[in-house]
Amino acid sequence: MQEDQEPRKYIAVIYTEDKVGLTNRISLILTRRKMNIESLQTSETEVPGIFRFTIQLTISPDQMEKVTKQFEKIVDVISAHYYLPKEVIIQEVALYKVPTKHLIGSDRIEKLIRKHFARILFVEPDFLIIEKTGAHTEINDLFKELEQYGLQEFVRSGTLAITKKNTDIHDQLEELARIQTS
Amino acid sequence: MFELQKTIELEPAKQKAISIRGAEAIVKALIEENVNTIFGYPGGAIMPFYDALYGYSDQLIHILARHEQGAIHAAQGYARASGEVGVCIATSGPGATNLVTGLADAMIDSTPLVCITGQVPSTLLGTDAFQETDVLGISMPVTKWNFQVTKAEEIPMAIAKAFYIAKNGRPGPVLIDITKDAQFALFDFVYKKCKTVRSYKPKPVVNTKKIVEAAELINAAKRPYILVGQGVLLANAQDELLHFMEKTGIPAASTLLGLSGVPADHPLYVGYLGMHGNYSTNVLTNECDVLIAVGMRFDDRVTGVLAKYAKQAKVIHIEIDDAEIDKNVKTTVAILADAKEALALLSIEAKPNKHEAWIQQFRDLDKEEYDEVISKHIAPTSEQLQMAEVVHMLSEKTKGSIITVTDVGQHQMVVSRYYRYQQPLSSITSGGLGTMGFALPAAMGAQLGCKSKQVVAIIGDGGYQMTIQELGTIMQFKIPVKIMILNNHFLGMVRQWQEMFFEGRYSFTEMHNPDFVKIAEAYNIPAAKVVKREELSAAMDKWLNTEGPAFLDVEVEKEQNVFPMVPSGAGVAEIRLK
Repeated sequence: MQEDQEPRKYIAVIYTEDKVGLTNRISLILTRRKMNIESLQTSETEVPGIFRFTIQLTISPDQMEKVTKQFEKIVDVISAHYYLPKEVIIQEVALYKVPTKHLIGSDRIEKLIRKHFARILFVEPDFLIIEKTGAHTEINDLFKELEQYGLQEFVRSGTLAITKKNTDIHDQLEELARIQTS
Repeated sequence: MFELQKTIELEPAKQKAISIRGAEAIVKALIEENVNTIFGYPGGAIMPFYDALYGYSDQLIHILARHEQGAIHAAQGYARASGEVGVCIATSGPGATNLVTGLADAMIDSTPLVCITGQVPSTLLGTDAFQETDVLGISMPVTKWNFQVTKAEEIPMAIAKAFYIAKNGRPGPVLIDITKDAQFALFDFVYKKCKTVRSYKPKPVVNTKKIVEAAELINAAKRPYILVGQGVLLANAQDELLHFMEKTGIPAASTLLGLSGVPADHPLYVGYLGMHGNYSTNVLTNECDVLIAVGMRFDDRVTGVLAKYAKQAKVIHIEIDDAEIDKNVKTTVAILADAKEALALLSIEAKPNKHEAWIQQFRDLDKEEYDEVISKHIAPTSEQLQMAEVVHMLSEKTKGSIITVTDVGQHQMVVSRYYRYQQPLSSITSGGLGTMGFALPAAMGAQLGCKSKQVVAIIGDGGYQMTIQELGTIMQFKIPVKIMILNNHFLGMVRQWQEMFFEGRYSFTEMHNPDFVKIAEAYNIPAAKVVKREELSAAMDKWLNTEGPAFLDVEVEKEQNVFPMVPSGAGVAEIRLK
């Protein structure tokens, strides 16, 4: 056990079968221990039939190790891993709906977009939709700037994370997918 | 369909496909899995299954319980006595929710079960239909795996996967929920057993380096000590364990669920662990230098407060479930493996040894416990009967050869302390969950799961009344189980705690009981009551020798406490003899 058991931010990555109710089984492990899910992202991987959950948690190292084993114990879980933020590249995607009335006739919006490495996805006469991919704080920064123009709607994805080291997880998943019923 | 087909590997089919209904497919699938006894209770959403079962009574015995909780505890008893998967059937809604306690019990005690519940037709799912409940959602935290079938075609694969998961790796309960329309639909049935589940690796590959590391610790140890858990019995590793013990000369103690894993008379067996375990086994946990835990999970009833548990010892943990390793007690060497395999390998690496002085330490403390507690309880001078003397007499009369089934509470601890098991798989009890009402139905299941042995249910007067309706099942199916109530007119264990830790305020623990003899007789079960010591032996003989079921109500001292005891919040070495 690590000496310092202060809670810290972790990214848990879980590969699973495509099974109804699995989100429930995974979250039950956390609910039972009164751990809060800060962000949960799930979608099919590049391999059909295999899903990936990315969960952001703030818990102690000991707790993180134990819940990872509990995730692994779920029959339909293929593998479970966890990382510190420094071990992964973390990105979020955000969409901003901004009314155009304060922006007409100026280049303010263009400057803003360029400054934040964002882009315009959709334009209507009275509003436009901006997309930004970046770190949590970068998305907040753009949010603050756009808020003054009267933001209509805002949505952000959960944490997307990919490890910084060499891995063969893609090959492992492909290998697994080759198992078929006889 | 997709999700099942893609994720499991199946064995080749033995027969050609035949066109049958989903309900009949369930019956045939159970027969294919070599099931011969099932426990259940019919109802609306499972009626097609029961209709199909009607034609298979020569191949599949169905025991009609009096309550679904009784059915699932019976399936648990069956599984634990036979080592096979227990099967339980219930209808949707209340039928299914009545299984929850049994599922939780089987989950925490690693009992392999396949439970099949009926469900409303798939078109009515989510409409709050009559007797609809979200069984999958409710059972999720208390099942190893669960699945809902809405198409007949999914039935064979779902059941094959269910049996595979229930019995492989660390066993556990599985629930399959089958909609009524899936039971009615015709399809081409062919059965293939499940060979592998791609996301599930039940048996870890033993890391031989860990075996060598463990053997080095064991070979250098001066005071090594083995803790035997249920993992030994589940892995059928009794012989490997005995060989390891005898070669290394290491003494072994047992957890509650590990009881009967080592014969009680074995010279290296030192007794029972935990809150009401033996004195030596607890005290010396904190004096051993190497602790070898086999197939046990360091439950809080075994460890007492963790900060004072075996801190001086290097810990070797042999365990099949990775999530148990380092969960409560940090290991020095973890061997992730099936107990049978690990013990066989460890025996090769371990050097022959003897630890006579160390074992003598156990025997010295045993003598203290004998003088202070045991002698007073098995040969008491009190006017009223003591639980311990009753169990001691039963142990002597039956020579430790029967299967005991207990509930939870004082009687359970007394049986665990005083019954001297000589054969494996002969102690069945609700360990982790501590379910009152477990024993009577579990005993009837155990008797059907192991017909060659006498099954004796020993129950408190409180727990007995929680599932007393199962006397009807015992009567109808003539299950020759022997039932004994240790009757103190109290919820004894709660009363003991009230006496010790709540200044004797007996808040709602006294029970005004009915005439249990009359109740048993109403079910046509021969019954007797014992109050006096001089009547006990003859009454017990008569009861044990009765053909078929028999009931014995033994009136014991009202306010008797179970000792030794590790008070909650204390360390194992702080165990009290009085």
